[in-house]
Amino acid sequence: MPMAIEEISIDDFAKAIPDGAKVAIPADYAGVSMAATRALIRRRAKALYLVGVPTSGLQAELLIGAGCVKTFESSALTLGEYGPAPRFTKAVREGSIHLIDATCPAIHAGLQASQKGIPFMPLRGILGSDVLKNHPGWKVIQNPFAIDDDLIVAIPAIQPDVALFHAPLADRDGNVWIGRKRELVNMAHASKTTFVTVDAISETSLFETEEKAAGVLPALYVGKVCVAPNGSWPLPFWNGAEVDDAHMRQYMQMAANDAGFQEYLDQFILQESVSA
Amino acid sequence: MTNIVDDKKALICLIANLLRDCNHVAVGAASPIPGAAALLAKATWGTPRFVNILGSVDNNFFTGGGGELFDCAAQGRIDAFFLGGGQIDGQANINLMGRGDYPNCSPRWPGTFGSAYLYFLIPKVILFREEHTRRTLVEKVDFISAPGLSDEKTYRKGGPFGLLTSKAFFHFDKEKKRFRLVSIHPSSSLEDILDNTGFSFDYSEETPLTSPPDPALLEVLNRVVRGKVAEVYPNFADTIFPVTSNAGHDT
Repeated sequence: MPMAIEEISIDDFAKAIPDGAKVAIPADYAGVSMAATRALIRRRAKALYLVGVPTSGLQAELLIGAGCVKTFESSALTLGEYGPAPRFTKAVREGSIHLIDATCPAIHAGLQASQKGIPFMPLRGILGSDVLKNHPGWKVIQNPFAIDDDLIVAIPAIQPDVALFHAPLADRDGNVWIGRKRELVNMAHASKTTFVTVDAISETSLFETEEKAAGVLPALYVGKVCVAPNGSWPLPFWNGAEVDDAHMRQYMQMAANDAGFQEYLDQFILQESVSA
Repeated sequence: MTNIVDDKKALICLIANLLRDCNHVAVGAASPIPGAAALLAKATWGTPRFVNILGSVDNNFFTGGGGELFDCAAQGRIDAFFLGGGQIDGQANINLMGRGDYPNCSPRWPGTFGSAYLYFLIPKVILFREEHTRRTLVEKVDFISAPGLSDEKTYRKGGPFGLLTSKAFFHFDKEKKRFRLVSIHPSSSLEDILDNTGFSFDYSEETPLTSPPDPALLEVLNRVVRGKVAEVYPNFADTIFPVTSNAGHDT
């Protein structure tokens, strides 16, 4: 039986994500493919439309700083305790990226609508906020089942071209183990295809035991898998690595100005050997 | 330094007391003081029975993905939550987006997160912002990430309970639509609070001082909860627990 997974370099993996693609990326706690992020910057990706599910961090910060991003749709971009994201802050101030600011459950709801193949998902809250006032897609509708006035916000489906994340394990058939990070399943179901970097390949099927199978994203949804050990570096990973604190501090120092950020790109991304 | 540490521990104990009547408290990843308080209340009284710290692996029991928190909130399964903001105004509107004219805010802050939704659905939302200045506590926020109040027709099960800062604790009076000063921390004074608050609020000239933390509660914090706090917020734990003793017993 032929192997479903082809061996592919991280740079070829990133080349398969076209310019202008709408890419769903997870929050730092769910497994971010930083290896693929660096490869996207190396291939000078352009005009990406990032959907931070429901927020993003260093991944969007680097892509925005490197000029790869046209639109950023999310509920927040945060580097947590490291402080304000310097490249994002600058891009917002200068108006060099298009922002679609949402609120976390609305990002999840938009993906849920897409995975169900329906045009929108209604959601409570949000009424009276300036997020609603400024959002280009949301509509306020009357609850069709209520007798009295009951306004509710309709969130249109979000269908990304690609969901991109890092996971611990894939098997030779292309099934991916995501543990209890069910938002990755939602992202994958909602997107046209899913690209995953993994720490390792399992030589046995992930469906072999029910315990493992409960946390599997089936190969049906998966377009490409690339082995990239520790692929979330320098971010933490729920199934392994701690955050590389020293590197994050170094990033904050270097990215404080344009020249320093360029030096960061040269040193840690553009020079990175492909086999790393 | 010791005073700062003592002040932070006092805030943790004060918040812990506010959570005692809750069953399930959720805390954001970047909220070490509320997080420590929730863990302290659970360790001391067994309530809240459930504490969920978002972004943590060990202290997060959700298995339904990132959306489960929001579904829980909409069903009334979360009793208390914490929100902050770069600006908070006298109507309890909060701004997590940025200062100045949206979208080209300067500075831009991370963004609204789940606030625009959770503020409507969780009964006891405690606004927590350590910085108590006219820069943070303003007459009117520049951007409403989440409104403090809604009209009667709007489906709203939750909202602001109070506002805790490094200087004072305020209760939010939903009838009067205003904050009322409840207590003043020992390091501050009524004059100091009036000088540094950008919105008007109700107060009495005889507003009491915030009670000092119960020594028994502090003991639990320092001995039992310390290890758990360090698991979730290592950098914060380093600042509030002196490294000289090794009394870090976990539960």
